[in-house]
Amino acid sequence: MQAALGHPFVIALPFAVGLLFWLIAIRERQIGRIQGLSFFQRNGTAVGLFLIVAVAFWAVFMIVLPQLFMVEMSFRPKLPPSAMGGPRDVYTLQNYHYFLFGSATSSAEWNVVHIRAFWLTIIASILVTLGNFLLCYPLAFYMAQVATAARLRFLLLLLITPYWVNEILRAFAFRVIFSTGGLINKLLMGAGLLSEPIDFLGLDVGMYAGLSYAYLLLMVFPLYNAIENLPKAQIEAARDLGAPWWHIHAFIVMPFAKPGIASGCTLVFMLTSGALAAPLVLGGPRSLWFTPIVYDRFYQAFNWPQGSAYAFILLLTCIAFVLAVMRIGKLSLGEITR
Amino acid sequence: MTADVELDGVTVRFGDFTAVENANLRIKEGEFFSFLGPSGCGKTTILRTISGFIDPSEGAVRIGGKDMRGIGANKRPTALIFQSLALFPMMSVADNIGYGLRVRGISKSIRQKKIDELLNLVALGDQGAKKVDELSGGQRQRVAIARALAVEPQVLLLDEPLSALDLKLRQHMRNELRAIQKRVGITFIYITHDQGEALTMSDRIAVMNRGRIEQVGDGRSVYDAPRTAFVASFVGENNAITGFITEAAEDYAVIEGKLGQFRGTNPLGLKKGACATLFVRPEALRFGAPENPIAATTREIAYEGNLTHVGLRAVDGSHLTVLLGAGEIPPVMDAQASFGFDAGRAIILPPQQDG
Amino acid sequence: MNARQVMRVMVGFYLVLFFAYLFGPLIIMGITAFNTAPYPTVIPFEDFTLQWFDILFRDKDMMIGLQNSLKIGVLVVLISVPCGLAGAIVMQQVYARARSLYYLVVVSPVLTPGVIIGISTIIFWKDFTGATGIGFLYDGLILAALGQSSFISAYCMLIFLSRLQRFDHALEEAALDLGASNAQVFRHILIPYLRPAVLSAAVMAFLSSFENYNTTTFAILSDKTLTTVLAGRVRQGSTPAISALAVTIIAITVAGTIVYELVKRREDARKAAQRRTAQDAERRELAAA
Ligand SMILES: Nc1ncnc2c1ncn2[C@@H]1O[C@H](COP(=O)(O)OP(=O)(O)OP(=O)(O)O)[C@@H](O)[C@H]1O
Ligand SMILES: [Mg+2]
Repeated sequence: MQAALGHPFVIALPFAVGLLFWLIAIRERQIGRIQGLSFFQRNGTAVGLFLIVAVAFWAVFMIVLPQLFMVEMSFRPKLPPSAMGGPRDVYTLQNYHYFLFGSATSSAEWNVVHIRAFWLTIIASILVTLGNFLLCYPLAFYMAQVATAARLRFLLLLLITPYWVNEILRAFAFRVIFSTGGLINKLLMGAGLLSEPIDFLGLDVGMYAGLSYAYLLLMVFPLYNAIENLPKAQIEAARDLGAPWWHIHAFIVMPFAKPGIASGCTLVFMLTSGALAAPLVLGGPRSLWFTPIVYDRFYQAFNWPQGSAYAFILLLTCIAFVLAVMRIGKLSLGEITR
Repeated sequence: MTADVELDGVTVRFGDFTAVENANLRIKEGEFFSFLGPSGCGKTTILRTISGFIDPSEGAVRIGGKDMRGIGANKRPTALIFQSLALFPMMSVADNIGYGLRVRGISKSIRQKKIDELLNLVALGDQGAKKVDELSGGQRQRVAIARALAVEPQVLLLDEPLSALDLKLRQHMRNELRAIQKRVGITFIYITHDQGEALTMSDRIAVMNRGRIEQVGDGRSVYDAPRTAFVASFVGENNAITGFITEAAEDYAVIEGKLGQFRGTNPLGLKKGACATLFVRPEALRFGAPENPIAATTREIAYEGNLTHVGLRAVDGSHLTVLLGAGEIPPVMDAQASFGFDAGRAIILPPQQDG
Repeated sequence: MNARQVMRVMVGFYLVLFFAYLFGPLIIMGITAFNTAPYPTVIPFEDFTLQWFDILFRDKDMMIGLQNSLKIGVLVVLISVPCGLAGAIVMQQVYARARSLYYLVVVSPVLTPGVIIGISTIIFWKDFTGATGIGFLYDGLILAALGQSSFISAYCMLIFLSRLQRFDHALEEAALDLGASNAQVFRHILIPYLRPAVLSAAVMAFLSSFENYNTTTFAILSDKTLTTVLAGRVRQGSTPAISALAVTIIAITVAGTIVYELVKRREDARKAAQRRTAQDAERRELAAA
C-alpha cells in the first residue's frame, strides 16, 4: 500500500474524532438529552476559546499526532529523502521483521540479541518493581499510619531532596561505588578479601543496583497517599479482634491501598523499562537493556523507521502492563493515575 | 413598572425527574414571600429558576412583566443568597460586599461609600478589612446579605440562609432579617423547611410538596385553613382521623372511621362516600367536651409551664395529641378519658395523594 | 523487652537502613567532589579541595547546557501550566460520552516512557514543520520543550484537578449572580482559587523539565542541555567535577526545600490565627444572643 497519503490521513484523524463527538453532543442537545448551559455559554467566548485551543494543541499536537506519526513511520521502509513518496514508499512490516530475525527479509535466524534484551528488560523491570514495592511499603505505611505529624513532616522533607536529583547523577553515584576503582572494590581490597578488583559494572551488578535505586521514591508517594486515607480505626478494630499483623496488612491495608499500589507499580515499571540513563552510564559493554538499543537505532544506525518500530514495541509492552494491572486489580485508569 | 415576580406554569425537569411541576404564582413587590416544604421538594430549584441558573422546561418566569427566558443570572434584577453562603474566601469582607459593584465598573470611591453604608446596615461597621475565614457564622450571614444588597436588586432570594446557624442565633437573625427587609423595602423570597421561620417572618407562604405548590396564603390562612392534607399535617401539629364521608352538606360533613363518627367543616365540598381525613389541632381537643367525643387512654403527659402536652392512645391504637392551656387540669396518667372538639375547628380534606 | 519494643527497634532499624540506602550513594558521591584525587573516590581522601567546582563552572559546554536547560524550563512552564489548567477545567465539563476517551488521551503521557515521547516528538515535528513550511520550529530547544510539556502538562493537570475537586461551584454562581461576566468569574474567582496550585504546578514543571533526560536526549536534536552534556561527560569517563555538579544541585534543592518549609509554616500559622479569630467571634456572638 502506498504510504504517500498516510500523513494527511493521520493528521485528519484526531480532528475527525473531535468533530464527531462535537456533532453528537449538538444532536443530543437538540433532542434534549443534554441540558444546562453550553460550553461557550458557561465559559464565555474568550475563556472558552482559550480552553479549546490549549487543550486541542496539547492533546492533538503534543500527544496524539506524535504518537500516530511514530506508529505510522514504523511501518515504512528506510528511504533516502529523494525516494520518499516514490514507488518504494509503501507500508511494510520489515522493521518488525528485523526485530525478530535481525534482517529485513530473511527469516532464517532469530534476532537473539534484541529479543533477549527485550525479555530481560521486561523481567528485570518486573523484579525491580516488586523489589521497590517491598522496600517502600513499610516506609509508606509508617508515614501514613504510625508517624506523628512532626515526624511525618520531617520524613517528607527528607524525601524531597533526593527526588529532584536527576537520573544521570543517581547513576553516576552508583558508578562511584561500583567501578573497578570504586568504593566497594577499595573496601574489599583494603580488607584483604580481594586481590584483584571485581568488574561490577561489566557484570551488570551496577546497572541493576542503579535501576532499583533510581525510581524508589516514585513508589513511596503513591503508596503513602493511598494508605493515608485508611481510617486508623479500621486497623485498631482488626487488632482488637486479634488479627495478626501480617493479616492486617494483607487483608485490610493492601486491599484498601490497591489503587496506590497499582499506581506506584505502573510508574516504576514504566520508568524502569524505559530507563536510559542507568543502562548508558552503568551498563557493561554488552548492552543488555532494550532502551539503549532503541537509542542506537536512531543515533548509530540512523534508521528512524526501525527505531520507531522498536519504540512502538516498548510502548505496547507498557500498555500491556497497565492493562494487566488494571485487570488484576479491577481498577480503572482514573484510579491508577490519581 | 413594579417588580412583581410571576411564575407562569413553571415546570423544571432533570431528565425523567420532575423537580418542579406547574408552579403558578405572583409575588408582589415589597413582599416577604416564603417557600416552605420538606427537604428535596424543589425549593432550591424554584429559586435557581427565578435567579436564572436554570431555565424552566416549560412555562415562564417574569419579573416586572418581562419574560426572563434567555437572560442570564448576571443580567437579572435578582440577587441570591446561597444555602452555603458562597462568600469568596480569597477576598476581604469589604471586597466581597463590593464585588457586584466592581464588576459593574463602579469607581472605587463610590464603591467604598456603598460598602461602608452596607457594613453599617448589617452591623459589621469595623469588620471590612477582615478575611471571611475570620468571621463567625452570624457575621458571615450578614456579609452575604450585604453583598447581595450592594447590587440593589429588585428581588432578594434567600436559600435557607439561617440553617447553618446556632439555634439561639437563628431566632435573633429572623428579627434582624425582617427588619432589614422593612428598611430596604424590596421583595424577599425566602426558602425554608422550618415552619416557625416561615410563619413568623412572611407576608405570604407557598407550601410545597414533591415539586408542587400545595397552597399559597398568609401564615394564618395556611395554619387555620389548610386546603390539602399535606399542608394540614406539615404546617403545625395536627391530629388526623381517616374514614369515609357519611353525610355531606354545603359547609360541613360527617366522617366515619374506626373511632366513630365526627363532624367537621367541609371547605372543599367533598361528596358522600368519599374517602377523607379529618384534621383537628391539639389545642382544639378538649377534655370532657361533649361534641365529637373520642375515647382514649392517656399515655404521656409533658408539663411545660404555660402549656401541657398530652399524648393519647385511642381505642383503635392511633395516637392523638392534646394541648392544654395553663388553667386546664390534665387527666391522670394511664386513665381512660373522653375528649371532644368543636366541629367548626375541624377540617375534612381529601387524603394525601402519594406518588 | 516486650513485643512492642522489639517492633519499635525493628522499625527504627528499617528506617535507618532505608534512608542510608537513599542517601548513602548521594553522600559518597558528594564527598568525592571535595577530594583532590583526579578520579571520584572517597578512600583515600587525599586532601580537601574546591578545585572541581572551579573546573565545573569554567566548563563551557556545561554552562551552555545550563542556559538551554533554563530556557527550556521557562518555556515548559509557559506551555504546561496553561495546558494543564485548560485540561483540568475541560475535564470537568467535557461531554459525558467523550470523557473516558479524553481522559485516556491526556493522561497517557504520564504512563508512556520518556524515550518514546522524545522519539515521537521529533518524528512528528520534522515531517509536520517540513510539510507546512514552518521549519524554524524544528529547533532543539522548542522540540525539547514541546516533548517535555506533553507529559508535564499532564502532571500539572492532575495537580489542578485535585484542587478543583474541592472547589465550591457555588462561588462561580455567586459571582455570576452579582453580575460578573464569565470571563470575570474566571479571572476573579477560579484563577485566585487555583493560584496556590498554579504556583506548585509551575515549580514542579520547571524542576521536572530541568532534570529530564530521556525525552530531552531525543528531542534536543543537535543542541544540548545540562543533562545531555552531563550524560556525555559521564559516558566519557568519571571526573569529580560531575560530583561537584551533583553537590551544587543538591545544595540548591535543600535550600529550596528549607525556604518552602518556612513559607509553609508561616502560612499555617496565619491560617491557625484566622481560625482562632473566627472561634472567638463565634463565642462572643453566642454570648450576646
Ligand atoms: N441538577 C440536578 N439534576 C438532577 N436532579 C436534581 C438537580 N438538582 C436538584 N435535583 C433534584 O431535584 C429535587 C429537588 O431539589 P432541590 O434542591 O430543589 O430541593 P430543596 O427543596 O431545596 O431541598 P433541601 O431542603 O434539601 O435543600 C431533589 O430530589 C434533587 O435530587
Ligand atoms: Mg435546597
